[in-house]
Amino acid sequence: MTEELPRLIITGIMTGSIYGLLAMGLTLQYGVCQVLNISHGEFVMLGAMLTWTVSASFGISPLLAVAIVGPLLFVIGFLLQITLFKTLKARTPSPPVFEGSALLVAFGLFYVISFVARISWGSRSFLNTVLTDRVSFLGTSFALNQIIACVIAVALGVAVYLFLSRTRLGRAIRATAEDPATAGLMGVNTSMILAFCFGLGTMLAGIGGILISWRTSINTQIGFSNTVIALVVVVLGGLGSVPGSFIAGILIGIVSRLVSGFWESVLIVPVYYAILMILLLVKPTGLLGKR
Amino acid sequence: MRILEGQSVTKFFGGLAAVSNVDFHIDQGEIVGLIGPNGAGKTTLFNLVSTAFPVSSGEIRFKGQKLNGLKPHRVCKIGIGRTFQETKIFGNMPVIQNVLVGAFFGTPTRVSGAGAAREASQALEFVGLSAMAGDSIQDLTLVNQKRVEVARALATGPELLLLDELMAGLNPAEVSEAMELVTKIRDKGITIFMVEHVMKAIMGICERIMVLHHGEKIAEGTPQEITANKEVIEIYLGEETHAGS
Amino acid sequence: MDITRLFTTHRKLLVVGFVLFILIFLATFPLYGNAYYIRLLTTILMYTVLAVSWAMFSGTTGYMSLATAAFFGVGVMAMAFLQKTLPFPVVIVIGGLLSSALAFLIGLVTLRLRGIYFAIFTFGFVMFIGQTAYYIDSHILGNVWGHQIILMDPGMLHYMMLGLAVVTLLTIYFIRRSRYGLALLSIGGNEEAAEHMGINTTMTKVILFTISSFFMGAAGALMAPAIVYVESRIAFNVFNSFMPILMAIFGGMGQFYGPVIGAAVFGYLDRTLRVELSEYFMLVFGIILVMVILFLPNGITGLIQSLQNTRPIAKLLHRGKEEQHANT
Repeated sequence: MTEELPRLIITGIMTGSIYGLLAMGLTLQYGVCQVLNISHGEFVMLGAMLTWTVSASFGISPLLAVAIVGPLLFVIGFLLQITLFKTLKARTPSPPVFEGSALLVAFGLFYVISFVARISWGSRSFLNTVLTDRVSFLGTSFALNQIIACVIAVALGVAVYLFLSRTRLGRAIRATAEDPATAGLMGVNTSMILAFCFGLGTMLAGIGGILISWRTSINTQIGFSNTVIALVVVVLGGLGSVPGSFIAGILIGIVSRLVSGFWESVLIVPVYYAILMILLLVKPTGLLGKR
Repeated sequence: MRILEGQSVTKFFGGLAAVSNVDFHIDQGEIVGLIGPNGAGKTTLFNLVSTAFPVSSGEIRFKGQKLNGLKPHRVCKIGIGRTFQETKIFGNMPVIQNVLVGAFFGTPTRVSGAGAAREASQALEFVGLSAMAGDSIQDLTLVNQKRVEVARALATGPELLLLDELMAGLNPAEVSEAMELVTKIRDKGITIFMVEHVMKAIMGICERIMVLHHGEKIAEGTPQEITANKEVIEIYLGEETHAGS
Repeated sequence: MDITRLFTTHRKLLVVGFVLFILIFLATFPLYGNAYYIRLLTTILMYTVLAVSWAMFSGTTGYMSLATAAFFGVGVMAMAFLQKTLPFPVVIVIGGLLSSALAFLIGLVTLRLRGIYFAIFTFGFVMFIGQTAYYIDSHILGNVWGHQIILMDPGMLHYMMLGLAVVTLLTIYFIRRSRYGLALLSIGGNEEAAEHMGINTTMTKVILFTISSFFMGAAGALMAPAIVYVESRIAFNVFNSFMPILMAIFGGMGQFYGPVIGAAVFGYLDRTLRVELSEYFMLVFGIILVMVILFLPNGITGLIQSLQNTRPIAKLLHRGKEEQHANT
């Protein structure tokens, strides 16, 4: 049993890094655009499925597909914000009403995207894995795709964090998230910022999906469970906190591996919810959340 | 009798102290004013008294009872009523119903439907809006909406009434009317604690004035003492931006 | 007699008459309708219960509940487990009570927080309950193959669902007229002010959430015989959270009967079109929800109301009303 633990924790970190990526995208969308995107998981699915299409139709390796599918998902998110949510915002000036309406719009989107996918790709599973060789480490072996995916996820996570904290555009984004009215008065094109952030969010989700597809089989139904995971992670990390969601992602990843290793994988989500309930009772603002 | 008392009241938002070590007291039957530049912490102090948020440290007592740990609905029931800076009326109801909410829920003991209706129409009459009882509150002018807010607070049967910038946005004639209303309320036996920027009102009806600046109480006294206070003049009265008269 | 006067002076009578007609039609339908249509009407009634219950809470408080499917599923599973030990109507009530108990717990934890936490919690809650139920059912209780539900006469089922729908609507009606309804209205109007006027907003919301979920659970238990074969993983389907929302918003939440209209329209569509073009219709339902929220936020009933205020015929009707008031 004691040999199990390190393996589970390392696998947990690797899985969690992808969760962190998903959660960062979601928390960005909520923090900046005030949209709780409950269709987030569908973009994860799209990333995975589009990669398959790109591989199958054009023979491009799933590794390189990131460069194509990533930007594509960015554009989709960008367009969604600038058409759908911007229109909604214009029609519901009151922030709490907007929050509720945007949530429901995202719910509608969930169905639109998942059924467009269902129509396009059907319900069967696809296998599009790469780098399946195993690497030995600490007495057990890990798949190369897991390791590389984790490295990429962490690198992306750090990159996004640095981008938001060090660059001018990052500062503009944070200003817009804090106080959009003032940011606008200071010359920030809040419309573009919102669209950029939403697109960044969907792109991160999509990349997460691609990384997942390197490892396991995928289908058009994987969206919902990924949304649930992302939501739990986002709350744990603190709504709106980008570093918080990455760290929380890692933690949740570890929890998921521990539960499935020592107990039952079916109980993973119930355990998440137990954690969530305790969190909401004790510190709803999460690990790194403000207020 | 000291109806409201605060000791070392402090409130932090993140790293910023919105209210810092404020001691204050209000005696029954007084009309006390709270003034200070924008951002001085006046509404925050009100929110601490009504327990809209908890104090970071310090104590507030109402008629000897500690308010720490109570929720706003409880505070209302024990006898503190309030109005809000950005008129928080119930936009989805007619005027009389707005006041009815206060009559039904603001009292410590359960009231009957008839009793509440009576309270509500009396409160509306007191503020002079009986004629508009059935109107949709959205149709009212700002002045009248503020009056409904006052009626609603009165219907809860308060002993202490917190008025947050009641006069904001009123023209001089309306300010005079509002001043009369406030005096009338006090004459009914209700103690008044009011935040104001309109100097005419503060000087005209307050017996005592407290001045907040950057969350600290920097002066306290009668209107004459305050107008003569050099520090206050420098910081606040010299600004002249909010002289309502 | 002038027909427009008939409409204005006897408007209330007409409405009552219309409602009675519908009720009688629904109540007597099993006597002459065939099984397919009876089942269709029953499904529409079920959706009515769900949509109206959802709107009861989320429409008034603004807190978006995405857990409808969870409560419905609890009712279904309650029937699956208790159908052999307790009488049918008792299980329906138990299904409702279990859902209420769950709702009460969720409410206590999340309704004291901002609405976004409530939405997040309820969204995944369906999955949480589904997985937990699956674990208990298959791993602990050993029912790997799900449950067969005792069949019930479609006509009987229909009556009971009609009864449940009527009870749900009556509950809303009485709540609206009570002082509790006034408290809810003021929370919807301005929650902070409501709290400061002596209303314990958290408990008020929790109680309403608990009441609304009772009907969802009861509907689930009642519908189980129509589903026939029940398994924990399919009893909890986010679709059952989505449809009531679509129906309530499409119908319009400003009026009592808005969700009823939505339930009728989409219940019919769902039932009749599902079999052939299901995926395309789900897609369309999603698009409709998005479009309605964007462009018709008050739903169909809202649209009708705003049209009523502008159409020339309506103006005539209203003038008739004014004259009538002036004369009295």
